[in-house]
Amino acid sequence: MSTPLTPVITEFWDRQDLYTLDGYRAVGGYTALDKALKTDPDSIIGQVKDSGLRGRGGAGFPTGMKWSFVPQGDGKPHYLVVNADESEPGACKDIPIMMANPHALVEGVIIASYAIRANHAFIYIRGEVPNAIRKVAFAVRQAKDAGLIGKNILGSGFDLDVVVHSGAGAYICGEETALLDSLEGYRGQPRLKPPFPAVAGLYASPTVINNVETIANIPYIVDRGVDWFRQFGTEKSPGFKVFAVSGHVKSPGIYEAPLGITMRELLDYAGGMRDGSEVKFWIPGGSSVPMLTPEHLDLPLTYEAMAEAGTMLGTGTPMVFDQTTSVVKAVTRWLEFYKHESCGKCTPCREGTYWITGVLEKFEHGHGTEGEMETLVNLCGQIAGRSFCALGDAAATPYPAALKYFRDEFEAATHTSADEQFDPVASYVFAAAGAR
Amino acid sequence: MPISESTREQMREIAGRYPSARSALLPMLHLAQSEEDEITTDGINACAEVLDITPAEVTAVATFYTMYKRTKVGKHHIGVCTNTLCGLLGGDAVWDALTEATGAGHNTASADGEFFLERIECQAACSNAPVMTVDWEYMDDVTPSSAVEVIEKLRRGEEVHSTRGPVIRDFEATEHTLAFPDDGLADAPSVDAKMLAGLTIAKERGMTGGNAQ
Amino acid sequence: MTITNEPSAEIAVPTELVTVIIDGVAIGVPKGTLVIRAAEMLGIEIPRFCDHPLLEPVAACRACLIEIDGVPKPQPACAQVVSDGMQVHTQYSSDVARLAQEGVMEFLLLNHPLDCPVCDKGGECPLQNQAMSIGRPESRFTEEKRTFDKPINVSAQILLDRERCVSCARCTRFADQIAGDPMLELLERGAQQQVGTADDEPFDSYFSGNTIQICPVGALTSATYRFRARPFDLVSVPTSCEHCASGCALRTDYRRSTVTRRLGWDDPQVNEEWNCDKGRFAFAYQQQGRIDWPLVRENGELRTASWPEALAVAARGLQTAGTDTAVLVGGRSTMEDAYAYARFARIALGTDNIDFRARANSEEEREFLAAHVAGTPIKVEYADLEKAPIVLLVAFEPEDESPIVFLRLRKAASNKVSIASVAAGASRGLAKMNGTLVPAKPGEEAAALANLPQDIQQALSQPGAVIMVGERAASAPGALSAAAQLSQQTGAALAWVPRRAGERGALDAGALAGLLPGGRPISDPAARSEVARIWGIQESALPQQGLSGIALHDAVDSGRIRGVVVGGVELCDYPHDAAEALGKVDFIVSLENHHSAVTAMADVVLPVGVVTEKSGTFLDWEGRPRPFGQVFRDAMMNSDAAVLAMLADSMGHSLPGGVNELRAQMGLLGPWTGARATMNPTSASANTDGERLETWRLLLDLGVMQEGDPHLAATARPTVARMSARTAQSHGIGDTATIHGPAGSVTAPVEIDDSMLDSVVWLPMNSEGSRVYRDLGAGHGDVVRLDAGTHAGGLS
Repeated sequence: MSTPLTPVITEFWDRQDLYTLDGYRAVGGYTALDKALKTDPDSIIGQVKDSGLRGRGGAGFPTGMKWSFVPQGDGKPHYLVVNADESEPGACKDIPIMMANPHALVEGVIIASYAIRANHAFIYIRGEVPNAIRKVAFAVRQAKDAGLIGKNILGSGFDLDVVVHSGAGAYICGEETALLDSLEGYRGQPRLKPPFPAVAGLYASPTVINNVETIANIPYIVDRGVDWFRQFGTEKSPGFKVFAVSGHVKSPGIYEAPLGITMRELLDYAGGMRDGSEVKFWIPGGSSVPMLTPEHLDLPLTYEAMAEAGTMLGTGTPMVFDQTTSVVKAVTRWLEFYKHESCGKCTPCREGTYWITGVLEKFEHGHGTEGEMETLVNLCGQIAGRSFCALGDAAATPYPAALKYFRDEFEAATHTSADEQFDPVASYVFAAAGAR
Repeated sequence: MPISESTREQMREIAGRYPSARSALLPMLHLAQSEEDEITTDGINACAEVLDITPAEVTAVATFYTMYKRTKVGKHHIGVCTNTLCGLLGGDAVWDALTEATGAGHNTASADGEFFLERIECQAACSNAPVMTVDWEYMDDVTPSSAVEVIEKLRRGEEVHSTRGPVIRDFEATEHTLAFPDDGLADAPSVDAKMLAGLTIAKERGMTGGNAQ
Repeated sequence: MTITNEPSAEIAVPTELVTVIIDGVAIGVPKGTLVIRAAEMLGIEIPRFCDHPLLEPVAACRACLIEIDGVPKPQPACAQVVSDGMQVHTQYSSDVARLAQEGVMEFLLLNHPLDCPVCDKGGECPLQNQAMSIGRPESRFTEEKRTFDKPINVSAQILLDRERCVSCARCTRFADQIAGDPMLELLERGAQQQVGTADDEPFDSYFSGNTIQICPVGALTSATYRFRARPFDLVSVPTSCEHCASGCALRTDYRRSTVTRRLGWDDPQVNEEWNCDKGRFAFAYQQQGRIDWPLVRENGELRTASWPEALAVAARGLQTAGTDTAVLVGGRSTMEDAYAYARFARIALGTDNIDFRARANSEEEREFLAAHVAGTPIKVEYADLEKAPIVLLVAFEPEDESPIVFLRLRKAASNKVSIASVAAGASRGLAKMNGTLVPAKPGEEAAALANLPQDIQQALSQPGAVIMVGERAASAPGALSAAAQLSQQTGAALAWVPRRAGERGALDAGALAGLLPGGRPISDPAARSEVARIWGIQESALPQQGLSGIALHDAVDSGRIRGVVVGGVELCDYPHDAAEALGKVDFIVSLENHHSAVTAMADVVLPVGVVTEKSGTFLDWEGRPRPFGQVFRDAMMNSDAAVLAMLADSMGHSLPGGVNELRAQMGLLGPWTGARATMNPTSASANTDGERLETWRLLLDLGVMQEGDPHLAATARPTVARMSARTAQSHGIGDTATIHGPAGSVTAPVEIDDSMLDSVVWLPMNSEGSRVYRDLGAGHGDVVRLDAGTHAGGLS
């Protein structure tokens, strides 16, 4: 029996007016806020803890625990910062949430701010998506106009200001401390920890940084309860997930389903692979997590099962590639991305991505050597675990995983270019239609 | 050209949104870019003056983020995602077609100043690969021919709709939106079939997320 | 610190110590110590580039990765704080650490050019050295190296070779955290990340040279030193800086009897390891345009003479003048030389007419120095500034006048020490110290001190509060009296911060009328007899209180003084026309190393050595001795003291001039413990009419000891006339203003500064286009007239 889809955050996306306050209210929006403001902030933190909600940005850190790290009664201002910098290759779920259902995010922001006693919240959205930015800005303005943001919200005595902030093009700002530096008007380079943001984050004050989807879960948990939430997913990965499927599948798109659904099930919902094609490799949650193969299609998509398989759930946005794909080319392109996005702060990431990319480009052109295949493994090892932040670790991820499963392609790339090994046109999604 | 006093006033307004004025620097640079079509020394100096920081501190920030351009962008910024997924699924071909159609290259503008091309990184629209952007508005699921058609329409001054977003304006208008995001264009349709893929199946098959207990 | 091979329960570890075990060796270190520092204490050297003990850790270069038991990933030793019982393994005991370090070193060398043979840093390069100790013997990198155009000027003095840079960010962090001049920044991103400045604004910092010194590669070099020498060909001598009273420890490097460069040297109590660009780069004067031989005037012209002849002529001339003589000592004399002048005046000339203050001064100041400063032990130290509840600056602009005091005050300010400044406007330096302005019209500082805001008054009453007065206070009637009174009322410690390196030493050495060495009042019989005994003369042979300051000037100007000995004085440094006055003197002996306005009118010129040619001592503003040795051991030049000894000998007095003998004598005398001279409080002037001039000397200006380094000169701040918008407006002043004084006018570009009090204009005292004494005939606090002047540059 297959796992059913569970549209919650996405349930009313087919309503034309969902992005408006009226539309959102018509489907029960902001009732959770009402409830929340009548509840003690600590018990909201308790609810979120009990729900077992884990961060949907990639790391899967328990959200309630993160909130509880904020020291209360410390006399300092507290801040909530929403990480809406979705830039991970393969990740495409936060931007759709903001475009389709911005008020779910805004309501979550208000509740979360109330819980952690923040009077200022910031939604940091990557600059390259003006349409998501304007939707959220519109929703925030409507909420302000309706008294849901501002002074003494709904007579609760709680004050909140929400600022929608545009980034300017830097993947590294998805790293939470880099995001804070960026939000403070600096180069987005990660900060030394400790101190952790919960103690000294934005403006050196206690700060919670949560992903868009994480925050969008909050109103539903508060409204419908912990037990309702926990009926989905597994013990360690409770709840549901906005999965975004992309690649050589028939119907790529958004599929909201419980955690624990398998890739094979998701693939079925997505109409299976395009005609005449089969899964060559797939990546559960962004290019920063190791790739998997068809043998892993039946694993549950949970934080724990993915970890056991040597990868991570990551952003929960599977990319699926078929047999027309050159792994060498795919990995090279990812490394070019990491090289471009390395912030430059630490040596291993800055210099390592520079070097590895240069070597991989030789492979892509059929000029790699056997020795360099091992050198690359070694270089990835010189980055992983030694860089300042997770970007370096991520950059060290694609090649070793690819080599593990597709060593022959790299061997072939010592004499045959990627394009000769795999006709690039065959991989185009419009190739069949002859669009070229 | 020196940044106008009204722009400086808007910069101060942006700075007023934040507990610490310097937080406004990124949107302020977008605003400067909306006036100058690139980040100029004048733009940098204006930000520095408004925030009372050094031009070097602003330069450090302006050169870190890829959306800030060091040469005139011209009328339209055209992005083509050539990261792995979009690139391999056809973005590379779209890129080739667009460079040919415009004569522009990566981070350079066409001779007529109409189009500035950029190989962009993942645009968070992988389900809609290959993805192109026009003035950072989504043009999803493009093919080489559909992408070129967009260019031609723009060149002819015809109205072009983003696939998930408003009617295309120009680069400077988008940059202004990034500084003042509540731009009155939020009513543009922004949900497409792919965003509804799961919901559609769920509805057909009667699957729900369940209600409050 | 305790070192044992195994932690023993019997050793009582104080609570503030924690024990960390590094490579199997336990060490107790204060809580909060970084692993890299704890390892240093054990003599275990961990590679590092971004780490610098005086900068905040960033853990960016990753060269110092070490393994910690129980921690899955290698950690940066430079940012990891020790915890009790922590087991650390460095490259010496851990393959994980060694491989991590080797990996980082390999990455650092990828894009680093192999230009060590032509690089200034080659031979003293941390990258070179650490590549030898932890690098791979051969590179595996065969791709193309990253290149940049080279070099680029980040300032007129500092050059940057970007491809050598390892992005450690020491320079940019120094500029921001230490100097407060964030004009040198990391630009771009990723592999393109590079150090740079804004397009149209250079790295404008008085402390820029430090970035060269802390650069762990050869990316930053100075125009002065670039390609001049190889480190291993240099001889290094520890020295002290002769420019200001901050008292920096320096290292002077020379090659073939030529100083090639100077570095800030490590003295945690004083300059930590920083110095200012003047101290680093202004040394060309030592070699250029020197006077090598004695000169005597014959038929109106100076001609070369032998030492015996010149000494004989000088002795004869001075003896003819009798006791109607005076001694003028420059503010950069060593303490030993100043002592020799003081003794020479009292014994050989028999006069107490002596003054080291070759600048604006006052009788009030002399009394202040006698009562509160001369011969006193250290009352305020650098370290005290960091602990003070408040530091009140009076007529003192530390960034220009004592730059290392400025750096320490910045550090203090970041440590929540409040800084307040009594001045006419909030300077750039004050802003960098987060300071508060206590507005005072120039010359009316005393009134401001008498009416301080309540919160400042209260803070000054807290233990540890400090008042620092600068040399400019002498130009503000009553200011020093008011400062002394404030100190007495509140209990705040009072520090006098002279601008020049030798002033405090000269004061203590007795080079001021009325004060014998050690702060002894010449009017005090006990003091007189102590000095007479050590000097081997009768007490009655000591002169009575003589003249100094304006009284001495008047005496010279009236022709009552017939003979003058001048050592190291620039006449243009006096607010009054000293040249005209000296012109009335019958006989002038000049001890000098360069030609000057004094040598131009001297009857005898006796050449003396510069600091590299002698040893000596400066007292810094704290009163801390800053002894230094002779750099050029075989220098042929004599110290002032040695020349004075010869001259005294020619006059029939035996006054030994060896440094050791002088130090021994000063040591025997020691400080005065008897009753100190008291001060007659001077009342404040309250004239508020007219526009007032505020002025001080910029750090980099037309000072003669800065001559000879065009790159340094090019980094001087441009001359501006600073005033409030209202002041400018009320005089119809636009972009340019003309300031008129009794002697003439200065026209300068206007800088509007609304922190400035109205009806005040600020000009640099001695900069290009603005030598206020000469050009205006006015000084600090004087009334001037403002107008829009004529169009600059004659454009019409």
